[in-house]
Amino acid sequence: MKLITRKRVTVISILLSLVLIVIVLISITMGSVRVPPLRSIRILFQFIPGLKGTGNETERTIILSLRLPRAILAGLVGAGLSVSGATFQALLRNPLADPYILGVSSGAAVGAIIAILLGLGVSSFGLPLVSFLGALLSILAVFYCGRQEGRIHPHTLLLAGVIIGSFLSALIMFFISLSQKEELRTIIFWLMGDFSFSNARAILIVLPYILLGILLLYLRARHLNLILSGEENAVQLGVDVERLKLISYLSASLITAASVSVCGLIGFVGLIIPHSVRLIFGPDHRLLIPASALIGASFLIACDTFARTLLAPVELPVGVITAAFGGPFFIYLLRTRKVMRTL
Amino acid sequence: MIEVNSVSFRYHEEWVLQGVSFRVEKGEFVGVIGPNGSGKTTLLKILYRLLAPQKGEILFEFVSMKKMDRRDIAKRIAVVAQETQLLFPFSVLETVLMGRSPYLGHFMFESEKDLEIARKAMEWTRILPFSERPIDELSGGERKRVFIARALAQEPEVILLDEPTVNLDVHHQTDFLDLILTLNRERGLTIVMASHDINIASEFCDRLILLQGGKIYQIGTPEEVVTKENIESVYGCGVWVDQHPVSGMPRISLLKKGGR
Repeated sequence: MKLITRKRVTVISILLSLVLIVIVLISITMGSVRVPPLRSIRILFQFIPGLKGTGNETERTIILSLRLPRAILAGLVGAGLSVSGATFQALLRNPLADPYILGVSSGAAVGAIIAILLGLGVSSFGLPLVSFLGALLSILAVFYCGRQEGRIHPHTLLLAGVIIGSFLSALIMFFISLSQKEELRTIIFWLMGDFSFSNARAILIVLPYILLGILLLYLRARHLNLILSGEENAVQLGVDVERLKLISYLSASLITAASVSVCGLIGFVGLIIPHSVRLIFGPDHRLLIPASALIGASFLIACDTFARTLLAPVELPVGVITAAFGGPFFIYLLRTRKVMRTL
Repeated sequence: MIEVNSVSFRYHEEWVLQGVSFRVEKGEFVGVIGPNGSGKTTLLKILYRLLAPQKGEILFEFVSMKKMDRRDIAKRIAVVAQETQLLFPFSVLETVLMGRSPYLGHFMFESEKDLEIARKAMEWTRILPFSERPIDELSGGERKRVFIARALAQEPEVILLDEPTVNLDVHHQTDFLDLILTLNRERGLTIVMASHDINIASEFCDRLILLQGGKIYQIGTPEEVVTKENIESVYGCGVWVDQHPVSGMPRISLLKKGGR
């Protein structure tokens, strides 16, 4: 196992960023309308005067208004969910924790379903907003129940999250049973994760939460290492644990809320990416957080690209792809981990 | 060095510690003994301010611990806990480096100097040969030494030990306690150790604090504290007390019920 140094974190982050850029480029050239790779890339760099006017109007719209925002959104959500998952695993000291463990997703889902039933289209500004509101309310409810005497008790919080989550799931089922056939399809797609309505507005909604959330968590990376061995352990090493927990839980919850509100429930990413990264690079959050963000972004963009091209013109929910590809890959990693940790 | 002034603490309704006062001098090796639930672990937790007492105060070098911030405390008092959770295990070196945390503050990465201090601590505790191994692969005795090394990396003035010999065989017990004794005698580190093992406490400590139901029953040298009357009255069972054949310190033997 190599030691975590600034140099190692920087080098790995740069390499993973390059991978991410390549995946974004591949993603925008793929789709039901074929735009040759080189031309796609030239369209992408329209802002450079020499390349202005490449491709026809349709191609420009497809690349710049459809595929690029979609890749950016998938990247942001992939990064956010992975970092949020890693954080919850550390704070709750539970390897099964994922971004949805505190019921944030159910709150977002109830919000989204209400918006759909009220006739707000999936592409409207209203849906992510109502959904985000639902997620925020569920976060407030969970923290209200899980905090006693100004302290966060992980087990109480976890229980509160699971129970409020189940209650909201009952609401979801209730709404589904009331819904018409047309709405039903929209709801189900949303529940399985869907990037088909990505646009610049959605990006603007999630960008501040995800970037700020990841930054706040990264700044606490060293302290997250210490809390991994228990809260008392962190106190013994001089950490203000209550402050650390408050900021980290809220950051991770807000990242999740923002992600879920724009694209629905995408399972697996937040569970599997942090574990895979730990198997490859070890458990230190100073590397785990940036690496999870970059690998999570790449992974979700790749999955979404498959989701829209595999059975084109039919689109699959991206959640189906994340589980189908992520599962076997994770098992492969588990079986070869001894070799991998030396990277 | 540490002055505990009529400290009382309760988690809920019942007082777990009541009017506890004592002093620990610089360079002393103090043992805290007493039956289950007598408040040993709670007392240690109060000494590094994991818990804040509702009554009384603790002075560390004449400064109230309330006024010290967590990082300050961690630079001066290191803790070796009973067991540490190992969810995603770090390597031995990574674990020892965590002892530098209070000095790093907002810096993200350890410096060359931190690494040097960690290496020295590992050399001292003889764990350098397996510095690369993940700690979950180590034996109980080796793992204890890793946490001593981590404590040393904190460059503390005081080390608090909570039941350090639990789960260790006799070889590792003596090995570990010798290490602690050397730190105490040669480096002048102040040690406070809570222990279930009266014989170990009597053999290694300069002074003992005997707790009963959250109050100090007696405080003094092992000869003064480990007597047949004290132990039988506090623990409520028959014991035989004689002298350790080599060191001459008091030694207890358990007695079977009704037999001798």
